[in-house]
Amino acid sequence: MADAGMLRFHVPEPEVRPGGTPDFSNVPIPKAGSVPRPEIDVDPRTIRDHAFSIIRVLNRTGEAVGPWAGLLSSDELLAGLRHMMTLRTFDARMQMAQRQGKTSFYMQHLGEEAVACAFRKALEPGDMNFPTYRQAGLLIADGYPMVTMMNQIYSNEADPLKGRQLPVMYSSKEHGFFSISGNLATQYIQAVGWAMASAISNDSRIAAAWIGDGSTAESDFHSALVFASTYKAPVVLNVVNNQWAISTFQGIARGGSGTFAARGLGFGIPSLRVDGNDYLAVHAVAKWAAERARSNLGPTLIEYVTYRAGAHSSSDDPSAYRPKTESDAWPLGDPIVRLKNHLIALGVWSDERHAQAEAEILDTVIAAQKEAESHGTLHAGGKPSTRDMFEGLYAEMPPHLRRQRQQAGV
Amino acid sequence: MPRRTMIEAIRDAMDVSMGRDDKVVVFGEDVGFFGGVFRCTQGLQAKYGKSRCFDAPINESGIVGSAIGMAAYGLKPCVEIQFADYMYPAYDQLTQEAARLRYRSNGDFTCPIVVRMPTGGGIFGGQTHSQSPEALFTHVSGLKTVVPSNPHDAKGLLIAAIEDPDPVIFLEPKRLYNGPFDGHHDRPVTPWSKHELGEVADGHYTVPLGKAAIRRAGSALTVLAYGTMVYVAQAAVEETGIDAEIIDLRTLLPLDLDTIVASVRKTGRCVIVHEATLTSGFGAELSALVQENCFYHLEAPVARVAGWDTPYPHAQEWDYFPGPARVGRALLETMGA
Repeated sequence: MADAGMLRFHVPEPEVRPGGTPDFSNVPIPKAGSVPRPEIDVDPRTIRDHAFSIIRVLNRTGEAVGPWAGLLSSDELLAGLRHMMTLRTFDARMQMAQRQGKTSFYMQHLGEEAVACAFRKALEPGDMNFPTYRQAGLLIADGYPMVTMMNQIYSNEADPLKGRQLPVMYSSKEHGFFSISGNLATQYIQAVGWAMASAISNDSRIAAAWIGDGSTAESDFHSALVFASTYKAPVVLNVVNNQWAISTFQGIARGGSGTFAARGLGFGIPSLRVDGNDYLAVHAVAKWAAERARSNLGPTLIEYVTYRAGAHSSSDDPSAYRPKTESDAWPLGDPIVRLKNHLIALGVWSDERHAQAEAEILDTVIAAQKEAESHGTLHAGGKPSTRDMFEGLYAEMPPHLRRQRQQAGV
Repeated sequence: MPRRTMIEAIRDAMDVSMGRDDKVVVFGEDVGFFGGVFRCTQGLQAKYGKSRCFDAPINESGIVGSAIGMAAYGLKPCVEIQFADYMYPAYDQLTQEAARLRYRSNGDFTCPIVVRMPTGGGIFGGQTHSQSPEALFTHVSGLKTVVPSNPHDAKGLLIAAIEDPDPVIFLEPKRLYNGPFDGHHDRPVTPWSKHELGEVADGHYTVPLGKAAIRRAGSALTVLAYGTMVYVAQAAVEETGIDAEIIDLRTLLPLDLDTIVASVRKTGRCVIVHEATLTSGFGAELSALVQENCFYHLEAPVARVAGWDTPYPHAQEWDYFPGPARVGRALLETMGA
């Protein structure tokens, strides 16, 4: 027993701050292939350890090992690599476009490409994602046109959202991508509701909820877990733990719970932790959870352990709160490099082909960018009409809005 | 025609809607097996099954948030918040999500939900069973806000709200659930069976959203009221003998401005009454609209009678509730008497 003197207030701190040497030695990284793969109808109480370990498939030499390996063909893996590379190139170009003043804002996915790109491939057509602002990989991996994404980022005349939304807040029902909101965590419980509706309707479609480590502290995270648990909703509850919520390290949201996956245990929800930079592991775990949901076995919580290698957004400077080289020290490496090495080890890829693919992807993204910019950028060229500002709020425009539209002269 | 209480009328509206459209689902706290703490959903679970009418965890944000997800899927949830006083945990979902989903997705996703909430005071409900938060909804673009004052309207408006393609906040004055109430708390309450607006047709009918009703035609002054205050205004008009026109707004947003403006231009005077607190209450919006649209017809300042700017007290219920005496004084003052 410590001395029972005055109370002392506890505020968690990250291990290292700017100027310090990055150190992840306290992050236990289990060996690839070491975590068992349970049956999908497992009793969650018997896989408690899965919420504290990390499911990994790719080992250091780029081999796929263990019970979670073997689900994807090399063609599927090559496609996955291309999706991740495309997202990274897209990010770099859009980040630059923001710096050039072509739009007001951008958010990159650097280092997290595997999470959404691999997850998307575990879903079926008709399933619905409820993403945050950092899952554009869901769109890229589903073949959503990059030009349309850019049109939204530029708020130009071809913007499908008519200039009403901040950049990166995409929406595509057709591609199973729910409208993104600026309000953190709200989508998490909405995803559960969508899944409940699918069950109420005796449908076979499932929902996927997305949230970051920081936003798990929002009350809607708790709401979602309660409702998913109560109604056994066919939903996959994804937590992307990229270690950072803007400047706040994950320990502030996580507190003493050890892992975010552990949060699911108290709700009786099977909860797994997975290497978020391992495309094969992400896909395998997502597939497991999707199968559970579709088999009417209820929700699964998945924590993706990854690292936010880029700034939080184009308005953020991470060097003010973490070491500049911290991402290089991240023990789970880079998802693109790791899948690339695996494909090389399989003998279906090479450094030359990789360099060639990079060049091709860059050309494709630049061509898309040119086309998008022909429709305008935020401050130049074609833009949505002022009239669009008044349209679409209600199914039918009420009289007071009609009056205001007339006052605005449109 | 059968007579029903407002509770029965509201239940009938959900029954009719669930019978006509299997996309309509009803849920909330104690709404399922038990049939609601006010009996508004009694029998619905037995009739339509647990997947159409069910109990929810005590989590208002969860109730509204899950309803939004269901609506995005294609259902038409009609959910209940047990008291309007407890909607605040759901305010984020209502204002930032339900209200904006159609707009922000350019119609890719829509939110045809109804959120029912018992509202208003006059029942010794104290601070958290008496509030009238309508102004917190009318200020939100993208929401519609409805307050019925009688069983006939309650059923027709609720069916219209359920069928409406946009999110509707449906505030039910719980003081009116069993009978009209004019603020005379010392007199026995008459049941709806004795009131003509307790006549509620069987089957499907709607009362359109966005249309006010003139409860009493008059030429001397216009009273703008809704919910319980419609009856308080009627009592005050009878007791003062002023030939007032009483407009029951029924829908606060979209507002039936044409009916209001036509009346005030005719009478030249306007008194606005609501239970909610005065400052930045919905009465302020009504007053501004009357002033903007009827300035050259006004013969007296627009008056507002409202709850005081305090939390709703318990022991001081009848000092707080804007009863017929207070409304009557405002009528007389506005007439220059």
